[in-house]
Amino acid sequence: MNAISLNNLDISYGDSKVVHGVTLDIAEGESFALVGESGSGKSTILRAIAGLAPDWTGEISVLGKARTHGIERAVARQVQMVFQDPYGSLHPRKTIDAALSEPLAINGIGNRGERVETMLKAVGLDQRFRFRFPHQLSGGQRQRVAIARALMLEPKVLLLDEPTSALDVSVQAEILNLLKRLRREQGLTYLLVTHNLPVVSFLCDRLAVMRHGRIVEVADVAQLKSGQLAEAYSMELLAATEGHAGAAA
Amino acid sequence: MSALLSVENLRVSFPTHRGRVEVVKGVSFELGRERLGIVGESGSGKSMTGRSILKLIHKPGLVTADRMEFDGVDLRSQSEKQMRAIRGARISMVMQDPKFSLNPVMTVGEQIAEALVTHEKLPRREVNERILAMLEAVRINDPTRVAGLYPHEVSGGMGQRVMIAMMLIPSPELLIADEPTSALDVSVQAQVLDIIDDLVTTKGMGLILISHDLNLVSRYCDRILVMNSGVVVEECAAGQLERATHPYTRGLLAAMPVLNEQREELPVLDRTQWAGT
Amino acid sequence: MSTRDWLLEDSPTSRWQANAGRAYRVFTALLRNPLSVLGGVIILVLILTAIFAPWIAPYSATGQSLGNRLLSPSGEHWMGTDELGRDIFSRVIYGSQITLTIVGLVALISAPLGLLVGAIAGYFGGWTDRVLMGFTDIFLSMPKLILALAFVAALGPGINNAIIAIAITSWPAYARIARAETLTIRNAEFIQAVQLQGANPVRVIVQHILPLCTSSMIVRVTLDMAGVILTAAGLGFIGLGAQPPLPEWGAMISRGRTFILDQWWVATMPGFAIIIVSLGFCFLGDGLRDVLDPKSEGK
Repeated sequence: MNAISLNNLDISYGDSKVVHGVTLDIAEGESFALVGESGSGKSTILRAIAGLAPDWTGEISVLGKARTHGIERAVARQVQMVFQDPYGSLHPRKTIDAALSEPLAINGIGNRGERVETMLKAVGLDQRFRFRFPHQLSGGQRQRVAIARALMLEPKVLLLDEPTSALDVSVQAEILNLLKRLRREQGLTYLLVTHNLPVVSFLCDRLAVMRHGRIVEVADVAQLKSGQLAEAYSMELLAATEGHAGAAA
Repeated sequence: MSALLSVENLRVSFPTHRGRVEVVKGVSFELGRERLGIVGESGSGKSMTGRSILKLIHKPGLVTADRMEFDGVDLRSQSEKQMRAIRGARISMVMQDPKFSLNPVMTVGEQIAEALVTHEKLPRREVNERILAMLEAVRINDPTRVAGLYPHEVSGGMGQRVMIAMMLIPSPELLIADEPTSALDVSVQAQVLDIIDDLVTTKGMGLILISHDLNLVSRYCDRILVMNSGVVVEECAAGQLERATHPYTRGLLAAMPVLNEQREELPVLDRTQWAGT
Repeated sequence: MSTRDWLLEDSPTSRWQANAGRAYRVFTALLRNPLSVLGGVIILVLILTAIFAPWIAPYSATGQSLGNRLLSPSGEHWMGTDELGRDIFSRVIYGSQITLTIVGLVALISAPLGLLVGAIAGYFGGWTDRVLMGFTDIFLSMPKLILALAFVAALGPGINNAIIAIAITSWPAYARIARAETLTIRNAEFIQAVQLQGANPVRVIVQHILPLCTSSMIVRVTLDMAGVILTAAGLGFIGLGAQPPLPEWGAMISRGRTFILDQWWVATMPGFAIIIVSLGFCFLGDGLRDVLDPKSEGK
């Protein structure tokens, strides 16, 4: 069964259409990346799957079930999202404990204290962080909390929107390691949006290159590693990353 | 060669609940007409170093240095008024996000014109010519059209090129670029840096490029300072970065994933060793 | 471990300790601003005075003694006496109860009402927003005192009606603030995160949006309190607020104005009380603004 399948998906913001006819299947347990420049529509796809961009036509199905346009409780237990900005994704007046208990309270799950403790351990945060406020945490620690919050409902699919692009390289390494370990331990499916190809190489199995709201190419990560992407635009992105500055222009 | 800028024992501190905290702890360097990169992670003090050269650190921040000389001028003793004459005209700064640095209610052309006429009195015709030439120099294809646009009508990359045009039009001798491309897409980043690089080289200016990105700095600079917790931990020629010796620099290099990533796990910095936090 | 260490603990061990710690930090930050301390002290004195009025006041607030009318301030009558021989000091002391009631009730009625209306309008947007804000704007466009006058005229004079009238005229400003705040928070990622967890709008608004609007609301309400006191005094002054013989400060000034040239203390003493208490609220509000501003937090 596919974890996520998109069929001829068009997404609009107001009057402007930002994603055109995207068709994509992501298998369960797979780690898939959407790469492209800003404005390519990659984040919009993620938001549509989550239910935050309700203005779409086509089909979205998650774990075999067709998705409606809004946010659904049943889907919330299966799909969660991690946002880009660790400073904006935590409520400034709520302790870490409150942030992690909230999804449990919303969905009527008991035994909260113990679950919070377990989850903090799972994302590598010491218990002494539990009752701190977000401003007492560093960017990397906040992102760990955001990941923990997404995992509180034990979802099968994690949507990751540039989860490390706001972080320092050394912190990025920690978060990438964490994401890799969590996926292995909990059998998660990842859909990662990023512009950073080395991150894709480290964390993903397959990738789709997007441009102007369309998928240019779907490739295996081995192709990326060996630098053998089929489309010219994909190679341009690759060249820009490798620092062949002149070749990109 | 006499140094364009020399800084000795620069210290920047801010008051907090627990007393004054130094964010730059005794940084010294000399700069000729060359490209110097300052690299470090957030909180390393790299931006503060750049800002203190232009005396852009305001109260309650405190800047002290044993020496801070720009082309024979002691920057420490310059009044705010004298600094205004230096800023822009002789030392310019490009900031991270063009969205916040451009005035939203002035056209691009007007803003560049203002940057020019503040420091130089010129006839209107010549001002226009200089603007168009400058926009061309930052590789904007139809400068006449772009000069009439408002900041929200240009893309991020274009906005940053406009910023660079604005900063370079008074022909400064030193350009400080603080994360000039981190708000931009990878492909545009290269373009913008190429433009900076090109202009700096042809005009024989000094450049201080401040960034968190080791690779980027090593590509566009001659010399690199690596900063951590307010201290320069390593200084090396850009080409020698691969042979960096300080464990912090080595740790940073190793922590970056590469395109052909074969490692199962990325090595992580042992923070306790350097930083107090 | 001292209480202070417990409060400033970097790694609290319970939710209660974390919140107490935050409150303590706000409190100590407030103490660093001398003006806000002064404001706080004035408000505290007002509250204590109101509570202990019967013990502080040397005379009854309403007891008349025509033989002692219009005495100038002396050791016996610190603020003199009025035209019915009542001790003005005692009346000012008892008047603090009325002032505090007005201020408290107005805050309790108008702030939550404004918050709720604003947050709902801001969160849902669209038609809800247009209807609620249109309604708010109608109230906002009328001069406060005139509107309050109209209400009191319709409901009849009296202290309770004055409170209702002031509350009704002051919530629209709070609704505007709450809406503006909500608009900036509505699309924040932490709000989207709780939405994705399946939270319903009531929960999102009450648990996640309102807590962020409250601090600016507290500041605004505190700053507005001076205005509320003055409006109440104004209503009292024109005889539509507290009715005689209630020692309401505005009404007292109104009575005293007949003697303002010869017996200045009759109108001046309650006037001082109004000025001092209004200033107290302003100072405290200013201090709170500096401390509670979410942007300045986290340093």
